[in-house]
Amino acid sequence: MKPSRAGWLFVAPALMAIAVFFVVPVAAALLMSATDFDIYALADLRNVRFVGLGNYLQLLQTPLFWRALLNTLFFVVVGVPLSIGMSLGTALLLHSPLVRFRGFYRTALFAPVVTTLAAVAVVWVFLLHARYGLLNYGLSWLGLHPVDWLGDPHWAMPSIVLLSVWKNFGYNMIILLAGLQAIPGELYEAAQLDGAGPGALFRHVTVPALAPMLLMVSILTMAGHFQIFAEPYVMTQGGPAERTVTVLYLMYENGFKWWSLGSASAVAFVLFLFMLGFSLLQARLTRSAAFS
Amino acid sequence: MRRPLASLFVNLALALTALLTLFPLAWMVCASLMAPGEASTYPPPMLPRSATLANYRLLFAEHGILRQVANSFVISLLATALSLLFNVSAGYAFAKLRFAGRERVFRLLLGALIIPAQVTMMPLFLMLKEMGLVNTYAGALVPWLASVLGIFMVRQYALTIPDELLEAARIDGAGELRIFTVVVLPLLKPIVVTLAVLTFLGSWNDFMWPLIVLTDHGVQTLPVALAVLSREHVQDLELMMAGAVITVLPVLLLFLALQRYYVQGMLMGSVKG
Repeated sequence: MKPSRAGWLFVAPALMAIAVFFVVPVAAALLMSATDFDIYALADLRNVRFVGLGNYLQLLQTPLFWRALLNTLFFVVVGVPLSIGMSLGTALLLHSPLVRFRGFYRTALFAPVVTTLAAVAVVWVFLLHARYGLLNYGLSWLGLHPVDWLGDPHWAMPSIVLLSVWKNFGYNMIILLAGLQAIPGELYEAAQLDGAGPGALFRHVTVPALAPMLLMVSILTMAGHFQIFAEPYVMTQGGPAERTVTVLYLMYENGFKWWSLGSASAVAFVLFLFMLGFSLLQARLTRSAAFS
Repeated sequence: MRRPLASLFVNLALALTALLTLFPLAWMVCASLMAPGEASTYPPPMLPRSATLANYRLLFAEHGILRQVANSFVISLLATALSLLFNVSAGYAFAKLRFAGRERVFRLLLGALIIPAQVTMMPLFLMLKEMGLVNTYAGALVPWLASVLGIFMVRQYALTIPDELLEAARIDGAGELRIFTVVVLPLLKPIVVTLAVLTFLGSWNDFMWPLIVLTDHGVQTLPVALAVLSREHVQDLELMMAGAVITVLPVLLLFLALQRYYVQGMLMGSVKG
């Protein structure tokens, strides 16, 4: 068998699986988003009608859709910088030559990343409990009043951000730590010879050297944050006052609770467009910042 | 004088962060050992008055959670096996076997990464419903067959295999399949382990797709069953914590055992080059 034929045979199973279970469904979803596919169509496919952009226009007129978009954007815009800030802070600490037990700390800080989101979300529901939660108990020590974290419309999404930072910061911490370790020591030595202090070293050596990695990490983290679903499903069921209904939560409810699969597909594509737009914007902003 | 102070600050800051990070997990274990109702008192207790396994016994005896434990293990193991079967040979071929259209197909695959998987869920569900695969293991496994990221990781690793080694085997008259199984696979062992760990953890922790495709209690995985249970048993804190421990412990132990491979895969998956 020639290598060229072998090549195709080796990739064929994977390509076929991706074609059947990914490419075709993506195309089908685009098509479905232009139909009124609902519970009647589920029973009999002849009930499907083409509605063009009808689902999208309908969404624009639905207050809950805007609410979901706003909630998701809040989660992204507040959660991503907090998460990456925490990752960078802990990576810098771990990178310090003064650290003892580095291996232990790295593992400990990373542990939440590998835990099951649905399970730790249940744990956090109780940690955030208004009466018996340990968070409020801790706050009472500091003389602060208890907060109904998941029951107060103003605090529900910030609470989910808190859980998400705790769960995720270790991931980027490990990546940024690898980036810090890859910065050549000569760069620091040269800057020190020029009389740079620790602050200047960080600003003029560490940040520029880490910039490409920070861009990549923030784009990937943003993409992940746009896909928030399990937290509101487990912790708040979208409440209170619909303040934790996210785009994917809306897609799930539309599609698999009310069986409006056409409308759900439209929601999914709106999410895709937002993710794409934000990634491009982020790359653009970073590039222009680098040139200025 | 400055150095001891800086050292104190760095180590103290890390110790505090680690304490806060591990706290929820430690509390989960402690609360799972408390008697029913014990945690819902004020002030909230940290340690159980007398540790009991009653909650675990209840989960297995009354709620039959062994079924979901088995579901989770079977689905994650099968997902891992399938993912290796599909991705390893493809990743190797994209790195080392020349064939027409290779670069273009590979670029297309990487391009597909920007499409979030949730877009496929509605048509995929209909497809599986037609095939009678809703509420089966097969339905839950479909998204794990082949993954672009998996292919990418194996390809990056396989690029380091020297061509001379493969040429020598070809001159000796070995067929491509034989070269792959005898020469290549042993060299790919580290990345195979990495991919296996990542896939196992990923499918174990997966939530949205299993929630959609596994609606019957009997076929559900642990995370889905736990989410359903927690909606019904909001007040049974200690019971829920036992369920959370059972769900989290296997992946946490697996990670601790194979940490090196996991971190390597993470860094490969994110540092694109």
